[in-house]
Amino acid sequence: MTAATANNVSLSWYEASARQRIDALVDAGSFSEFIGPELRETSPHLSIFDLPEQFDDGIVIGCGRVNGSSVLVAAQEGRFMGGAFGEVHGAKLTGLLRAACTLKQNVLILFDTGGVRLQEANAGELAIAEIMRAIVAARRAGISVIGLIGGRAGCYGGGSLIAGTCSRLIVSEQGRISVSGPEVIETNRGIEEFDSRDRALVWRTMGGKHRYLIGGADMFVDDEASAFRLAAIDALEFRRRWDLAVLKAEQKRLERRLQRFGDAEDAVDIWQVLGLNEPTNIPALPTDVFLRAAGNRENADDAR
Amino acid sequence: MTLDDILAGLFPNGSKIEVIGAMIAGKATMADGKPIHVLGIIQGQNLGVDEAIVLAGHVIEIIGSHDRAPILVLVDSASQRMSRRDELLGLNEYLSHLAKSLLLAEAEGHRTVGLLYGGSAAGAFIATALAAGTLVALPGAHPAVMDLPSMARVTKLPIEVLKAKAEATPVFAPGLDNMVRTGGIQIIWDETAPLAPQLAAVLERPAGRDDRDRLGAERGGRRKAVDIADRVVAMATSSSRELRHG
Repeated sequence: MTAATANNVSLSWYEASARQRIDALVDAGSFSEFIGPELRETSPHLSIFDLPEQFDDGIVIGCGRVNGSSVLVAAQEGRFMGGAFGEVHGAKLTGLLRAACTLKQNVLILFDTGGVRLQEANAGELAIAEIMRAIVAARRAGISVIGLIGGRAGCYGGGSLIAGTCSRLIVSEQGRISVSGPEVIETNRGIEEFDSRDRALVWRTMGGKHRYLIGGADMFVDDEASAFRLAAIDALEFRRRWDLAVLKAEQKRLERRLQRFGDAEDAVDIWQVLGLNEPTNIPALPTDVFLRAAGNRENADDAR
Repeated sequence: MTLDDILAGLFPNGSKIEVIGAMIAGKATMADGKPIHVLGIIQGQNLGVDEAIVLAGHVIEIIGSHDRAPILVLVDSASQRMSRRDELLGLNEYLSHLAKSLLLAEAEGHRTVGLLYGGSAAGAFIATALAAGTLVALPGAHPAVMDLPSMARVTKLPIEVLKAKAEATPVFAPGLDNMVRTGGIQIIWDETAPLAPQLAAVLERPAGRDDRDRLGAERGGRRKAVDIADRVVAMATSSSRELRHG
């Protein structure tokens, strides 16, 4: 057994590859892949740009078991094209979600993405729309779709909209969630609006701690594969059919967020309003101390 | 066509639609006398947290009314608002929430039709037009994921090279025809013909299935997506059957 297949060996989620993450997440030996690299279903578009292809197009999908229960799993590889959604990459996830609806199986999506792959932007954009639609259909059928976010590429662009469609989100501090990336904001609006090289600003505006504190994510874990696995087991036990009541509760929650924090200039101001002790110190806190300090956070209470 | 021309053409029997900043909301009467809800983001503006929450609120109200009347979403927007404030407040949740509200409306029996009559890009496009059950466009509409100059910057390719490549494939460059060929837009309306019957024709088509990947394959703009998705469903189904019997 290699280190990556043992659930009890320390593995940084941030550093791990998509395949290592799946191995560490599911019960040992239970994963079987759909449309694996041996089928060489590569992007038909990257060669137009003289870019290298990858045999799995940067996403691994399949089925496995987590703590004994059957799940469908998708993991993006942030190290290939920034984990971006292209035609094949996106269609693999769309297919998996459509299958979830038929099979009545829960889905885990391991996000690691910069968003839509620009070299196939139209196909990638449509894939995002198709995936969101498939998630909504699955959730209406009572299926949980759980997002895990803590990879190198974060969860940006269209990926962040898919995340916003999931029933529950598990994040680590490294799990940045944002529609426009720091560079995109800076390019469009200037360095006064957003200095993309200010890493501290990026982390506190888009990082996992801030998202957890405002209710943008439901569970906060260490950058450890075993911690993600435990949180996933926990999240899989929860089931709630998505309907108008949930949507109304989310409307209320998001309206309240604008009322409470709409005038804040910086994440620290929001943390101040939340009543956190020494808000400027939040980024430095280790997970256990942070979770204790986060008692007054805005909890989404599964209104998503 | 201007928004007023479009509304007059669609609803000769009259409409009561309010303009609220960058948005419109209201109700109209179709040619057959039946009611239709009208929402939209207009004047090429950005879609940020403040706009998305208002639009979603309207959709939720419509679902709550249980009238099952169709919803027309008019779109002439820019991209999502690219700002520090919007991202600080969790823009992805607001855009997803708006998309989900439109998807739920459809699932609850409201036909949802997007009408792209101007621009739209990236997150704003996904949260509005692409969340409708059927998306149609008027000539001159210009959807984009990213404009070519920005794309040139990100891909580090000269814009002339990108333009040449765009001739060869509809898959990446902005534009209405490319979005039609990849299956995202069902049909481009004829602006020289009356609009009301064209809307009626869209509403007569059966609803429900997401056939955009199939359309993309038929039109040659997205040849692989539907095949891949179908094969994944087949593999997942047979592997689940094996597990049960094995």
